[in-house]
Amino acid sequence: MAVGDLSSSSSSSPELHVLAVDDSFVDRKVIERLLRISACKVTTVESGTRALQYLGLDGDKGSCDLKDLKVNLIVTDYSMPGLTGYELLKKIKESSAFREIPVVIMSSENIQPRIEQCMTEGAEDFLLKPVKLADVKRLKELIMRSGEAEEGRIKNPSPNTIIQDDIDSSSPSSSSSSSSSYHDDDDTPSSKRMKSSVHD
Amino acid sequence: SKNSEEIALFFVYQTSHLLLSASSSRVHTAMDSLIAQLQRQFRDYTISLYHQGFLDDQFTELKKLQDECSPDFVAEVVSLFFEDCEKLISNMARALDQTVNVDYKLVGSSVHQLKGSSSSVGAKRVKGLCVTFKECCDSQNYEGCVRCLQQVDIEYKSLKAKLQDLFNLEQQIVQAGGRIPQ
Repeated sequence: MAVGDLSSSSSSSPELHVLAVDDSFVDRKVIERLLRISACKVTTVESGTRALQYLGLDGDKGSCDLKDLKVNLIVTDYSMPGLTGYELLKKIKESSAFREIPVVIMSSENIQPRIEQCMTEGAEDFLLKPVKLADVKRLKELIMRSGEAEEGRIKNPSPNTIIQDDIDSSSPSSSSSSSSSYHDDDDTPSSKRMKSSVHD
Repeated sequence: SKNSEEIALFFVYQTSHLLLSASSSRVHTAMDSLIAQLQRQFRDYTISLYHQGFLDDQFTELKKLQDECSPDFVAEVVSLFFEDCEKLISNMARALDQTVNVDYKLVGSSVHQLKGSSSSVGAKRVKGLCVTFKECCDSQNYEGCVRCLQQVDIEYKSLKAKLQDLFNLEQQIVQAGGRIPQ
C-alpha cells in the first residue's frame, strides 16, 4: 500500500512522491513548483495514458520496478484529451496495486455533478483551478495525516483491538483507510483511541 | 623594509576602511538613490498592472513560488504561457480560415486551453476575452470568433510587452545591488 510506505522511511518527515498529470505545459510547471516548494518529490506526465504507463498499469509491467515508484499521491487534471482525469481515477481504483493511492482531481470548471461523480468514484479531493499554494499545503497535510493514522494502525494493531472491543457496542467500526475513521464525534473512548494510536 | 612598508599600507587601509564605514551610514550614495527610484517605479508599475486589470490574484500566487532557488520562476512560466498563446492562436486562425467549414469544436477546445493557462498565470484580460470567445464558438458566430481572435492576439502581446518592462525593471534593481520589493 503506497500510503503505508511512509512508515518505511527513516526520516521524521518523509517526502511525498506525487505524480502530477496535466496536458497543459503551463499547468504542469505550476503544479510541479507548488509541490516542490511544499517539499514533495514530483513526477509530471502529460496524459492519463502516460500516467498509467508510469505506474505500470498499461499492461507492460516490464519496465518499472514498483519499489522505486512509491507514488504517495496522484494529482490529475479532469479535462484531458484521450483519457480524462475521471477515467484515470477509475482505472487506478480498479487496480489492486494502486487503489489505495489517494487521487485528487483538478478542474477549472466548478460543475457539481462532475465533483460528485469523482468523489463517488473515490477521489480524495477536488481542487478548483487555478491551484494555489494554500490548496497544496492543505492537501499535503491531509495526505500526511491519513498516512500517519494508517501507520499507527499498522504498527500498533494490539492496543487498537483491545480498545476496539471495549467500545464495540457504542461506535461503528470503519474499514476506510482515510482519516475519517478517527473522526467519530460521539463519546470520549473514541477520542482516547485516536490520541493513543496517533501519538504512539 | 618591505615588511614595514606592508605594515604601513595595512595600517592605512584599516584606517580608511574605518572612516568609510563610519561615513556610509550617514551618507546616501547616488547608487542608493537610484535603487530607491527603481524600486518605486517597480512598485508603481506593478500596482498599475493589477489596477488596470492586466493581472489578477493568481499572478501574486505565482510570485510566492519564486525564491533564491527559483529566482526566474515567474518569468519562465509566463514565457511558457506566451508560447502557448502563439501556438493556440495560430491553430485557431487556421481553423477560422476555413470560413465555411470551420471546426468550431477545435476552436472551442483551443479557447478552453487558452482560458486555462491564462487563468493559471493570472492573465486576467486574456482570460476574460476567452470567456466571450468561448460563447462565440458555442453559438458558431463566425464574425464574433474572428473579432475575439484579433482581440486575444492584441491582448496577449500587450501583456507580454508590459511584463517584459517589469522584468527589465527587476533586472535593473538587482544589477544596482538592490532588492526587489515584494
